[in-house]
Amino acid sequence: MKLPIYMDYHATTPVDQRVLNAMLPYFTQDFGNAASRNHAFGWAAEEAVEEARKQVADLIGANPKEIIFTSGATESNNLAIKGVAEMYREKGNHIITCVIEHKAVIDTCKKLEKQGARVTYLPVQKDGRINLDDLRAALTDKTILISIMTANNEIGVLQPVAEIGAIAKEKGILFHTDAVQAAGKVPFDVNQVKADLVSISAHKMYGPKGVGALYVRRRNPRVLLAEQISGGGHERGMRSGTLNVPGIVGLGKAAAICKAEMASETERLRKLRDRLNEKFHKNLDEIYINGSMEHRLPHNLNISFAYVEGESLLMGINDVAVSSGSACTSASLEPSYVLKALGAGDDLAHSSIRFGLGRWTTDEEVEYVVEKLTNVVRRLREMSPLYEMVKEGVDLSKMQWVAH
Amino acid sequence: MWDLIAEKQMAYSDKVIDHYENPRNVGSLPKDDANVGTGLVGAPECGDVMKLQVRVNPETGVIDEAKFKTFGCGSAIASSSLATEWLKGKTVDQALAIKNTDIVNELALPPVKIHCSVLAEDAIKAAIADYQKKREETKAPEPVGAQSV
Repeated sequence: MKLPIYMDYHATTPVDQRVLNAMLPYFTQDFGNAASRNHAFGWAAEEAVEEARKQVADLIGANPKEIIFTSGATESNNLAIKGVAEMYREKGNHIITCVIEHKAVIDTCKKLEKQGARVTYLPVQKDGRINLDDLRAALTDKTILISIMTANNEIGVLQPVAEIGAIAKEKGILFHTDAVQAAGKVPFDVNQVKADLVSISAHKMYGPKGVGALYVRRRNPRVLLAEQISGGGHERGMRSGTLNVPGIVGLGKAAAICKAEMASETERLRKLRDRLNEKFHKNLDEIYINGSMEHRLPHNLNISFAYVEGESLLMGINDVAVSSGSACTSASLEPSYVLKALGAGDDLAHSSIRFGLGRWTTDEEVEYVVEKLTNVVRRLREMSPLYEMVKEGVDLSKMQWVAH
Repeated sequence: MWDLIAEKQMAYSDKVIDHYENPRNVGSLPKDDANVGTGLVGAPECGDVMKLQVRVNPETGVIDEAKFKTFGCGSAIASSSLATEWLKGKTVDQALAIKNTDIVNELALPPVKIHCSVLAEDAIKAAIADYQKKREETKAPEPVGAQSV
């Protein structure tokens, strides 16, 4: 087993060797500009891009013509939300999203608010899912877009996107979903979900960084977007700029591999994740899973190890790459806004660790991580005044804390 | 990769890492003991709670034992561990003279971790205050050694 162990696959993933092999020729011999229509260099590049477009479309049950390539999911989210807000300004100015969305969605909505849009940020329930009644109640005749992620990047919780899509369709409102964490990992079909816009990233599914896609529905309804990057009218005029051919080829190949191997990979990772979870529960008391276990990505686990602070935990496991919702690990000194939104209390947010398993996670690594983390948690609890108080029967919520 | 890990950990000084890995004086003293002062500062939702205890020798007025338990990041653990080391052998007045900046300097804490040292100073002051309150309540005479000049 090689150390350090990578168990942070929600942050990014290594490029699959098969993906890299597919990309390499497009850096050197087939380096043409896909927009060059009058020579073989351009044709070869264009052909490769169209093949990738088909591969990405196949992964999500779309038509290749509905795939727009971008620089990544942050751009896809920006293009979807700003593009709709600008294009459908006459129709309305109200957008509905959710408090645990990725910052690429939240910050984009905040910016639109400054420009006069009205945004509703739906709360989530304790399990991390939105309440569909809240969504229905938030709808107005000015609502033009609902943007709700398919799976959350911290807690892996899956939103009821098919139900959301149905509500949107019924009301004639566009539905965008950030499917970055879900695409290629769990089955996702744009028609089953009734999504109009879907954001995808290559580097979350064993492709390269710096490339992503936006699905833009062409029929029932035909979705129009105001371009956010001008200059040449590439990608049906929705996203100008010379295409990143090697990156796009990589995204396509990554999508094809994910589609072919999804069933077996999901099965394998779910077993590993469940083992990780069971062993933690066997070894330690007072640990809490953040978010629904039922509606969750198979390769995600987010646990709060109560009465132990996240950064001190990470300090004790420097040969395991995971991330924490603790304030001390972020520059803002605020604990994870996602975990806070679940309403479990900031103290549990400070104690949380996110495990993201992936294509190269092994049994042996899971065993190692369990052992290592168990020992560190036990050691830190030995020196935790909170753990001691709880063991003495003190109710921490009734204490008068001297906050500083 | 290990070079990078080592480099990043340099954000923690060697002394912080040493206190994190080998914390001094972890534990608890009987809080009902008349000679024991207990300070509990911080809040779970802020991510730091320190419990610091001192036992003062009634004959000499000198702190002969100090213990801590801390919920917090590595720097918070190190700050409280260091504080217990420093407290032992000091009189109450000398203990009250310990400043958070002394801890910052000793552990080479970066600006974002200064609040850990502030919390440790607060914990010392709270523990001493608790001890002094107990002395007043029991109306025991101040030990001679406590009045350091």
